[in-house]
Amino acid sequence: MKSTPVFMSYTRGDLLNLLVLMVLGFVLIPFVVPTDYWYSSILIPWLCLSLAAIGQQIVMGYAGQLALGAAGFMAAGAFALFNLELRLPFLGFPVNLVLSGLVAAAFGVLFGLPSLRVRGIYLMVATLASQFFIIWMIDKFGWFKNYDTSGIITAQDIVIFGREFTAPLEMYLVVLVVVTILTILAINMTRGSTGRNWMAVRDMDIAAESMGISLLKTKLQAFAISAFFCGVAGALFAFTYLKSMEPVAFDIKLSFRILFMVILGGLGTISGAFIGAAFILLFPVVLNTLGNEIFHGMVDATIISSIELVVFGVLIILFMIYEPLGMAKLWENIKARINSRRGAETSMKQNRKAD
Amino acid sequence: MPDTRSFMIGAPILEVSNVSLSFGGVRAITDTSFKVLQHEIKAIIGPNGAGKSSLLNCINGIYRPQEGSIWFKGKSLQKITPNAIAREGISRTFQNLALFRRMSVLDNILVGRKLHMNAHFLAVAFQMPSAREEERLNVERCEEIIEFLEITDIRDTPVGKLPYGLQKKVELGRALATEAEVLLLDEPMAGMNVEEKREMCRFILKVNEELGTTIVLIEHDMGVVMDISDNVVVLDYGKVIGDGPPDDIRNNQKVIDAYLGVAHD
Amino acid sequence: MTEFLFFIEVVVAGLLAGTMYSLVALGFVLIYKASSTFNFAQGAMVFFAVLSFVGFMEWGLPFVVAFLVTIALMALVGLATERLVLKPLRNQSEDTLLMATIGLGFVLEGLAQAAWGVEVRRLDLGIGDFPIQWIIDSTGLFISALDLTAGLVAATLIIALALLFKYTRMGLGLRAVADDPGAASSIGIPLGSIMLMVWTAAGIVALVAGMMWGARAGVQFALVDLALKALPVLIIGGFSSIPGAIIGGLIIGATEKVLEVYIGPFFGGAIEGWAPYVLAIFFLLWRPEGLFGEKIIRRV
Repeated sequence: MKSTPVFMSYTRGDLLNLLVLMVLGFVLIPFVVPTDYWYSSILIPWLCLSLAAIGQQIVMGYAGQLALGAAGFMAAGAFALFNLELRLPFLGFPVNLVLSGLVAAAFGVLFGLPSLRVRGIYLMVATLASQFFIIWMIDKFGWFKNYDTSGIITAQDIVIFGREFTAPLEMYLVVLVVVTILTILAINMTRGSTGRNWMAVRDMDIAAESMGISLLKTKLQAFAISAFFCGVAGALFAFTYLKSMEPVAFDIKLSFRILFMVILGGLGTISGAFIGAAFILLFPVVLNTLGNEIFHGMVDATIISSIELVVFGVLIILFMIYEPLGMAKLWENIKARINSRRGAETSMKQNRKAD
Repeated sequence: MPDTRSFMIGAPILEVSNVSLSFGGVRAITDTSFKVLQHEIKAIIGPNGAGKSSLLNCINGIYRPQEGSIWFKGKSLQKITPNAIAREGISRTFQNLALFRRMSVLDNILVGRKLHMNAHFLAVAFQMPSAREEERLNVERCEEIIEFLEITDIRDTPVGKLPYGLQKKVELGRALATEAEVLLLDEPMAGMNVEEKREMCRFILKVNEELGTTIVLIEHDMGVVMDISDNVVVLDYGKVIGDGPPDDIRNNQKVIDAYLGVAHD
Repeated sequence: MTEFLFFIEVVVAGLLAGTMYSLVALGFVLIYKASSTFNFAQGAMVFFAVLSFVGFMEWGLPFVVAFLVTIALMALVGLATERLVLKPLRNQSEDTLLMATIGLGFVLEGLAQAAWGVEVRRLDLGIGDFPIQWIIDSTGLFISALDLTAGLVAATLIIALALLFKYTRMGLGLRAVADDPGAASSIGIPLGSIMLMVWTAAGIVALVAGMMWGARAGVQFALVDLALKALPVLIIGGFSSIPGAIIGGLIIGATEKVLEVYIGPFFGGAIEGWAPYVLAIFFLLWRPEGLFGEKIIRRV
């Protein structure tokens, strides 16, 4: 039995989880993590990619549309923010960040159109068009890069209400605030009627339509919101992690990585986006460290990155075979097993008492 | 049928006229016409492959008949999509179960409330009071349906994990939640035992009696059909071979030859 | 007149390049027919095959031996895929299978790199990438020898495979399997040997495509992205049609070259990267089942 909500649609457990995570992210981490390395190489990219993974999750995990072009929408968001900050600086960073998400959302709607006719692999190929087209467009039209020919364009500093956020810890906090807000909005949508419509389309589109759901509206809405999340994620990724504007950073490999995050993390869960992003991001780091520690640099870095590919691939196959709902589901199952064991133990104790 | 029903059978509400449908040259329905009266329970019967489900799929807009027309409350249902037809007030269940397998029972039934929930996605995202109120009211309404169908104990179970009979019930619940004027039920009792069938009949009669919902139902169990329907239309090889009250159908020679004469479970 | 000649040149170069897409697409179609699986890893197999081939050559194996060993290796990879990946997923949804083959693609890319390294290899087939004199003399067309060889090899291979599948017992067996695997095996069609044959054929087309591309631009990871262009080819041709794969490849090859040469310059070039995909979208809107695919009727 689900427990009843105590505040808005949140149960006591939800609020507790949220509180713990907020304290951890906003208070504990800033106090105990002193090195910039952790902020700029682990926490910031993790949060940014988690946000993009939420976007992928919305369109694929919730609305069931097999799209492969998250990095294209991230690029759209990143370059939108760059140009907005360049040309309309008076709007301020927060407004421009939202606007850059909206630019990506517009692309999302445009390239979501084929979803009205096709599904599965067909849709995947159609969405690949967005990936290649957006990157090409940014690359070929000088305006997007402000006619910079040096090849390295630095992202502007983040200034909010006159205060600069340039130190790693400061940027981490900016990213954390944005990601927290958007995650809560995503949870609200997925738990409410919006998300129900998406999932209905995912699970059985004909039945959904027969209940009065417009496939056109629902699919395009999912594409738009998904691209919005990716756009904001891409903007933050460029401004706080890459700190420069380069289209190649958003190539198809990144789209695949984000796809893997949601597949491994768990399709159709928000937490899966975070788990998957953490895994995809941290696993190579762990592998590298292990390589250095155990083999003292004897193993070639390229071998390690090849092993990384193999491991990701094998994991995806294994998950598809044994647990298509990914790590989030795995974790849930483990929790359920522990709980039932605990339940069995307590009931045994009670039985003993009764005896 | 008791004559003291709260909603007296009225004028035709749904008219199928001269509908023909074929798939790649194979005829599924041939020049079929019949009328459904307001507040009645109308059964469509016929041997397997008689085109019954295809007919429901035409009414509901999933298939487009090549010829003929379908009218609902004086409005043509040609060229509009299933979701527009749902908006007009027609809801349905499916022969081979079309539930949202990964969603809970409550969520499945809540999807049936779609046309009563219009909150903008931003209102949902920001949990605006209007969206929360809408959600609360509709959850309440669905809880009533869940209670009515006596499935409270499985409220939060993903429907994919439920046995067939319960899934059939959930699907009926989802259709009921729409509060549509016309319900199309495609074999709601298939694969059920006598007990379950009796229960399902009770629900259908109750809905028809209490809400005045017009019901079009496909069913194989002749006993059930004769018991609960006001009128029966018989299809054979995509053609109408009989249309009238159960007693007339029982005595219709064509029907006896084509259908009742054949040994049937 | 020279204008026209130039146009012909562009189209011919496009068609010749298109045969390579046809070849890769053919690999997809074969597996799709035999296993009803969209094998996303086919692109990775191109890379895996040619990198292994170059690796065997570096070991000192003669050309022909290296070629045969690679084919055997590909057949092995195919059977392992069938057994370890596709079989356990038999009753899963198409999307699940697709994602598993995406995973498989990564496994193959990783294995190839781990075994043979990541540096770009040169592959010299003894055919230069320069225009053929006698064609220039007789028609005035500038056609690269490598393009022509690649096109001819691909065309020969495609025709041979098409004939093989049309007229041999094995081919008939494959068609039965594609229609209904259960029924096919129940009437005694040897599923195992058909699978072996199909995967071997898919391995051959992957290796040949990889060799031709590798001879031009070096054997490198970018081949995987190039092979992705077989996807729009399949959408245009239909997933289960061998003629579809051929025509689709030619259409994509010719169109992308023509667009690149005549329209590209207005947009700063390199529209080849996305033009095939956009073309595929238009085809999807017009004929979602592809030129030669069967019309999809969704029954409820």
